[in-house]
Amino acid sequence: MTTGKVKGVISNLVMVGVDGPVSQNEICYITLGEKRLMAEVIKIVGDVYVQVFESTRGLKVGNTVEFTGHMLEVTLGPGLLSRNYDGLQNDLDKLHGVFLQRGEYNYPLDEERLWHFKPLAKTGDKVEAAAWLGEVDENHQPHKIMVPFVMDGVYTIKSLAKEGDYKIHDTIAVLTDADGQDHDVTMVQKWPVKKAITAYKEKPRPFKLLETGVRTIDTANPLCEGGTGFIPGPFGTGKTVLQHAISKQAEADIVIIAACGERANEVVETFTEFPELEDPHTGRKLMERTIIIANTSNMPVASREASVYTSMTIAEYYRSMGLRVLLMADSTSRWAQALREMSNRLEELPGQDAFPMDLSAIIGAFYARAGYVYLNNGATGSVTFLGTVSPAGGNLKEPVTEGTKKVARCFYALEQARADRKRYPAVNPIDSYSKYIEYPEFEQYIAKRINPEWTAKVNDMKTLLQRGKEIQEQINILGDDGVPVDYHVTFWKSEVIDFVILQQDAFDKIDAVCPLERQQYMLDLVMDICRRNYDFDQFVDVSEYFKRVINVCKQMNYSEFQSADFDKYKALLDELLTKNQKAS
Amino acid sequence: MAKAFQKIYTQITSITKATCSLKADGVGNDELATVNGKLAQVVKIIGNNVTLQVYEGTEGIPTNAEVVFLGKAPSLKVSDQLAGRFFNAYGNPIDGGPEIEGKEVEIGGPSVNPVRRKQPSELIATGIAGIDLNNTLVSGQKIPFFADPDQPYNQVMANVALRAEADKIILGAMGMTNDDYLYFKNVFQNAGVLDRIVSFVNTTENPPVERLLIPDMALTAAEYFAVEKHEKVLVLLTDMTLYADALAIVSNRMDQIPSKDSMPGSLYSDLAKIYEKAVQFPEEAGGGSITIIAVTTLSGGDITHAIPDNTGYITEGQLYLRRDSDIGKVIVDPFRSLSRLKQLVAGKKTREDHPQVMNAAVRLYADAANAKTKLENGFDLTDYDNRCLAFAKDYSEKILAIDVNINTTQMLDIAWQLFAKHFKPEEVNIKQALVDTYWHNN
Repeated sequence: MTTGKVKGVISNLVMVGVDGPVSQNEICYITLGEKRLMAEVIKIVGDVYVQVFESTRGLKVGNTVEFTGHMLEVTLGPGLLSRNYDGLQNDLDKLHGVFLQRGEYNYPLDEERLWHFKPLAKTGDKVEAAAWLGEVDENHQPHKIMVPFVMDGVYTIKSLAKEGDYKIHDTIAVLTDADGQDHDVTMVQKWPVKKAITAYKEKPRPFKLLETGVRTIDTANPLCEGGTGFIPGPFGTGKTVLQHAISKQAEADIVIIAACGERANEVVETFTEFPELEDPHTGRKLMERTIIIANTSNMPVASREASVYTSMTIAEYYRSMGLRVLLMADSTSRWAQALREMSNRLEELPGQDAFPMDLSAIIGAFYARAGYVYLNNGATGSVTFLGTVSPAGGNLKEPVTEGTKKVARCFYALEQARADRKRYPAVNPIDSYSKYIEYPEFEQYIAKRINPEWTAKVNDMKTLLQRGKEIQEQINILGDDGVPVDYHVTFWKSEVIDFVILQQDAFDKIDAVCPLERQQYMLDLVMDICRRNYDFDQFVDVSEYFKRVINVCKQMNYSEFQSADFDKYKALLDELLTKNQKAS
Repeated sequence: MAKAFQKIYTQITSITKATCSLKADGVGNDELATVNGKLAQVVKIIGNNVTLQVYEGTEGIPTNAEVVFLGKAPSLKVSDQLAGRFFNAYGNPIDGGPEIEGKEVEIGGPSVNPVRRKQPSELIATGIAGIDLNNTLVSGQKIPFFADPDQPYNQVMANVALRAEADKIILGAMGMTNDDYLYFKNVFQNAGVLDRIVSFVNTTENPPVERLLIPDMALTAAEYFAVEKHEKVLVLLTDMTLYADALAIVSNRMDQIPSKDSMPGSLYSDLAKIYEKAVQFPEEAGGGSITIIAVTTLSGGDITHAIPDNTGYITEGQLYLRRDSDIGKVIVDPFRSLSRLKQLVAGKKTREDHPQVMNAAVRLYADAANAKTKLENGFDLTDYDNRCLAFAKDYSEKILAIDVNINTTQMLDIAWQLFAKHFKPEEVNIKQALVDTYWHNN
C-alpha cells in the first residue's frame, strides 16, 4: 500500500507527500503518537490534500500516513437496527468514556451474535448482485442476505448454508462465476457510501401515500413512499419537532435518522424516547426499527459530510430487501456548510454565499438516490427522503434552499409568523406544495385508498384557506365593519380549517398521531361545517360563534377517536351547528 | 520562561496585524509559542513554514523577535482553588491572588459522546416569569439573550445568576466594559456568593484576539466542576457577538474567503463547539451539568445577521428583552422568546396546567397586540378587544415584569385569576379538565 508523510497542516486540511499511487476519495490513516486519525483524499495537486475526520491538534510535519486503497465504506449486515452510529459508522455505545477520543474506531456490527438463517434460494440458481440468498430475523424485520452489490455479472450458487444459526462472518454461500471461479459469501458486505446502490429493475414515479399521522401533510400536501420532501424554516419554527413527529408515526418498516450537525440534546431526546415509544403500526418499540446516525454540531465537520452518505447507503441496503425505508436528515444545510468549510480551505473560487460552485449538483445527486423501486425479483422497496433546510436568516433565496427546491417534490414551508402565533405545526398551507397530488397515478391510488371525492375535497379546503387569507387582508385594510358580514363568515370558516385540521398538538398524546381514517372523518366534518350557510346580524357574533365551534372541534381532537368523550363533543357540535343555520 | 533545551528562533519572515510566520521544524498544530514573551498559537504549517496567531496583536514585534515553542496547546490548571477567583484570557489571576495549583488540562477538549448524555430534565428556576412560566430553563440547556446593546442584559444575567440554584457559576466576559466588569464583581461580592463564582475576563481594554480563549477557558473550568465534582454549573458568556467579531478578524488576516456578513465560513461549527459543551450527565457519570446562558448583541435588532442567525440554529431557544410601554418596565418578550426544552419540565416538574396556561396567556396577549394595532389604525374596538387589552396590562405588570420574583405555581395561580377576571372559559381555549380544576369563579 502507498504510504506518505505529512507536509503541512491548516486546521483539518493536511497536505501529504506520497511514495505511490493514490486515488481521489481514498481513505488513509495519519499516525500521531499511538493514535491513527482517519482522513479522506479530497484533492491531488502534486501533494495529496486530505481532510481529517478528527481534530488535528499536535499533528507535525513528518508524521507518517498509510493509504488503504479504498474509499469511505459502510459495513452492511444484520444487526444495524437500533444502533447509534457516528457519521463514520462507529458504534457510539461501544466507545469508551464520557468524551469522544479521537482515533478511536470500532466495528459497527456484533461479530459474535448468532442469527437464524433461512435459505430463500437453492443450489444451482443463477443469481446477480442483490439477489436474495436467504433471510434472518432482525428485530422482526426479514433481513435479506444478498449477493454482495459489488459482484458483477451472473453467478451460480454452488452451495448454500442450511437453515440454522450463523455468525455474520460465517460463509453462507459459495457462488461460481462465469469463469468457474468460486466466491465465498458471508452475511456482511461493504459498499462505498458515495456511490448509489442501483441493483434494481426499475424506478417508477412514486404513487403510494406514506401516512405520517400529521394532518397538514397527509391531508393537505401528502408525501409518497419513495418520495422526497424538504422542510425549510428559520430557527424556532418547529422543524425538528415536525421531523420527530413524522419519524415516530410514519408508516415505514425502517426509519433512519441522520442528525447532521444539529444539537446533541435533540439526538439525546431520540435516544431517550425511541426505546420507550411504541410504533403505532406494530405496537413494538420504535427503537427496534430505527437507526440513528448522530454527527452533532460539535463533532468533526468532515464526518458530518460523510454522515448523510452513510445514512443513505444503509437506507438503500434495506430497500434492496423489499422494505419501506424512511430517511430523515436534519439538517442538510449543515452538510452544505461542511462542504463550504472544506472548499474554503482548499481555496476554491467560491459561488454564492461562499458555497462551492457544484453545491446544487451535489444536492441533486443525493436526492436522486431516494425512490420507489421494483427489485429484480419483482418485489418493491422504497427510500423516502425528507430533509430539513436551515436557511440563513430565514431567507429562502439562499443556495441550499434553492438547490433543494429544484429536486425535492414536496415542500413544507415553515413560517415565522405562524410560529410566533403558536400555530403549530407552522407549515404555511398556501406556500407549501406536494407535486405528487398532480400525479394521475397518485390520484388513482388515493381514490381507492380513501374515496374518489378526496382530492376534490382537499382542493376545496385549500381554496377556502386562500380565500380566508385574502379576506383577512381586506379586513386589515378596511376594518371589521368595512366588509360584509358574509366575509367574516368565510374568514372564520378558514380559521376552522386552520385550527382543526392544520394545527396539531405534537405534545398531546392523542392529538399527536392522527391516523388516515380519523383525518378523513375530520376533513368531512370540517368541510361540512364550511359548506353550511349561517345567519348572523353583525360581525362580532361571527367570531364568537366560530370560536365556540373551534373549541368543541379541538376538544374532539384531544379525545380518543369515537370514544364517549368524542361523541359527546360531536353531539355538542351538532347542536351548535343547527343554531345558526340559515333556513334554506 | 524558556527551558534550557528549548530552541529559540529569531528569524521572523512575515508579520501581519494578527499573525507572524517563521521557519521552524518539529512544530505541532495548535501548539503554543511565545513571540518576545507574547503568547501565540500555531494556526498553519506548510513544510517548515509556520504561521502563528499572536493573541495580543503584533504591534512592536521585530523580525528578530525571540520565538519559543512550548510544546503544548493552550491549557488551564484546574482545582477547587478556582472558586472565587478572577482570571484573564490566559487563565492567569487578575485579582492579585496566588497562582492556581492543580491538574493542567488542555482547553477546547473533546466533545461528549452523545450516547453518554442524559436528556435534560431538571428545572432551573429564576423567579422571572418571562423565563420560568413562558420559557422554562432546563439544566444542560444553552440559551442566549438576543439583546440590543442598550438593553440591561448584563443586569438581567447577574440576576439570573444569583437566583438560579447552581453549585458553580462561571463567568466568561468578552469585550466587557470595565464598568460592567466591576458591576458583576460588586453584585457577586455583595450577595456573598463569590466562593461559588469563577470569572474569566477580557475587557474592552484587552486585545480583541485574546477573547477567542475566553469561552474555552470558562468551559474547561466548567467541565472540571461538572465531571470531576459532579456539580450543577451555570456558565454565563457575554458578549458572544464580540467573540465572533474576533473570529472574523483572525480569518480575515489569514486570507480566508468570508461568507455571509464577512464572517468566516466555519462560524457555525466554531460557535457550536462552544455551545454544545452544555450537557446533562447521567447519574452513572455523577449527574453534573453545564448550562450556558449567553448574550448575543444585535445590531439594530437584526436577527438575520450571521451571528444571531447561526446562534439561533445552535442554541435551544433565545430570550429577548423588551421595554413594555404600558407598564414602563423591562419584560422578557413573550412572542419572540423561546426555550426549546421547556416541554421537558413544563407540566412535569411544574404543575400539570403549566403548558396550556402558558400558551393561552400568550395567545391572549397576542390578541391584545392585534387590538392595539386596530386602535392605532383608528378602528373601533370590540368588547373582546378591550378585555384583551386590560388582560395584557395586568399580565405584564403582575407576571412578566422582570422585577417580579415568584415561583411557578404562584405564576400559574395569578394567570388563572387574570383569565377569570377578563374572560369566559371558552375564550381561553384550554382543555376542559383543567378548566374544571383551576378556573376561579371570583
